[in-house]
Amino acid sequence: MTAPLIEISHLDHLWFQVSGTLCNLTCHHCFISCSPQNDSFGYLSLADVRRQLEQSVALGVKEYYFTGGEPFLNKEMVPILVETLGYGPATVLTNGTVLKEEWLQTLAAAEQESLFSLEFRVSIDGFSPETNDPIRGEGTFDRAIQGVSRLVQFGFLPIITAARTWPIEQDEQVIGKFVQVLRDAGYERPRLKLLPTLHLGAEAERTHGYRESERVTSEMLVEYDKSQLICEHSRIVTDRGVHVCPILIDSDDSLLGQTLESSLTPYRLDHGACLTCYQYGAICSNPSSSGGETKSEERGTTT
Amino acid sequence: MVTSTQPRIALFGGIYSNHLALAAAIQDAQSRGVDALYCLGDMGAFGPFPDRVFPLLIDNDVTCVQGNYDNSIGNQLDDCQCGYTDPRDNYFAQISYDYTLENTCNAGRNFLRDLPVELRLELGPWRVLLCHGSPRKMNEFLWSSTTPGHFLAHLAGQHQADVICATHTGIKWQRALDHGRHFVNVGVLGRPENDGTTNVWYTILGCDQNAQPQVEFVPVDYDHARLAREMSNEGLPDEFVATIITGWWTTCLEILPAKERRASRF
Repeated sequence: MTAPLIEISHLDHLWFQVSGTLCNLTCHHCFISCSPQNDSFGYLSLADVRRQLEQSVALGVKEYYFTGGEPFLNKEMVPILVETLGYGPATVLTNGTVLKEEWLQTLAAAEQESLFSLEFRVSIDGFSPETNDPIRGEGTFDRAIQGVSRLVQFGFLPIITAARTWPIEQDEQVIGKFVQVLRDAGYERPRLKLLPTLHLGAEAERTHGYRESERVTSEMLVEYDKSQLICEHSRIVTDRGVHVCPILIDSDDSLLGQTLESSLTPYRLDHGACLTCYQYGAICSNPSSSGGETKSEERGTTT
Repeated sequence: MVTSTQPRIALFGGIYSNHLALAAAIQDAQSRGVDALYCLGDMGAFGPFPDRVFPLLIDNDVTCVQGNYDNSIGNQLDDCQCGYTDPRDNYFAQISYDYTLENTCNAGRNFLRDLPVELRLELGPWRVLLCHGSPRKMNEFLWSSTTPGHFLAHLAGQHQADVICATHTGIKWQRALDHGRHFVNVGVLGRPENDGTTNVWYTILGCDQNAQPQVEFVPVDYDHARLAREMSNEGLPDEFVATIITGWWTTCLEILPAKERRASRF
């Protein structure tokens, strides 16, 4: 069966794989297996990002997102964010363990001068060392919480993102514990975003990969709001070119072009991860850029 | 009565069943001598007695655009299509929606169902587009701190408009674009805009003597204590009542971007 083809309606979200696959941590659920040794994707320079920002104006891009790896391993990350805030809103996905006060001081000042928001999304995958560290590594819970405290100290309101490595029925209980821990750490009004796990990369080893039957079909897209799919409104720049979405950069068919304009071609939903994107909707974007269906429950699947 | 040789229109954002603020805004706009009154949708939600809004709109010739709430109530859908993602926000949104659906008469539902999703008009030399969320999506949130000018210029070009007016977020703002074009979020009449004051806002749009778009945000004081009493008597959540009394949002907070959330009390 041929997988359905998705056209991009407009390039709303421009992503940058700004630290490639290089990370100071080696999380067991990482869907692109980032680690200190994984340099299959490399850093983007300020000049690389600047070139794309300039191109993005004519394309009417709405929001800019930065991910890795750990973006703050990139020595130019702070000037990259400062420059981006001159164009539009910026969001950086970090593990929160390497943030330095002088960086945050510079970024707080840059956001204050800008019309636009700077969002930090800090990945923490459990509300305690016992639940987080087996996935993200020894001592990472305490270090990430320290990072959150530091962000709060500089006036930021980080969005804590947690991959759901627990049964969905436990969401309410887990959220409650997260909120308490964050308040105890000095974060009075914590913001949380739960993400589904993606059965790719290290996570496929930790649990299982996608089965052949786990795919999106054309029938499933009837009356479905396609704007919930990342590839319908996003592209990501890596050191190899422009790919379809942040989740699939490891897939051979994800590289769509060398320029933003040439990457705006339709994409076939051929991957198991496309089903996760379909089921949960808008998994990569911030809550403030919502505006689609409200879907707290998983959609039906063909499996 | 104030008279003006330049065309001026009043633009009301989400009413959210706040019939007292709507009546006050209509009176205020009429006293300023505007040429026409428009509402950009979401007549119901949040407040009490949704049916009290319809005669005010109809009797005062307020031309209306459909919002996501109107689309839901008009078609008797299961939820408001507000686009929240947080469980607590959705919990309160559902309480509000169930109350509003139950208390909107059939004639009101039909009125909402049949509203247009956009209106186009000319104001001086400008092509003005009125919509609820954005010209491309009824429930898109266009926040000041997450919406760059080049994106708005793209929308203006794609939808062949010089001035785009929207609401949906609950917070007013405006931005001048290239070639004299303009975007305006007209604010809302339904609840205060999360700044600790109890007044609500509407917008007067006109052209100045150089034919440039001119935007005036107008504060509206109304009997908010009476609205709070009516809400309590109707059994609406204390959290909603607190917003009317204090001017601070207590729900729908997780949808705010960083800058707007930082300005918030909760």
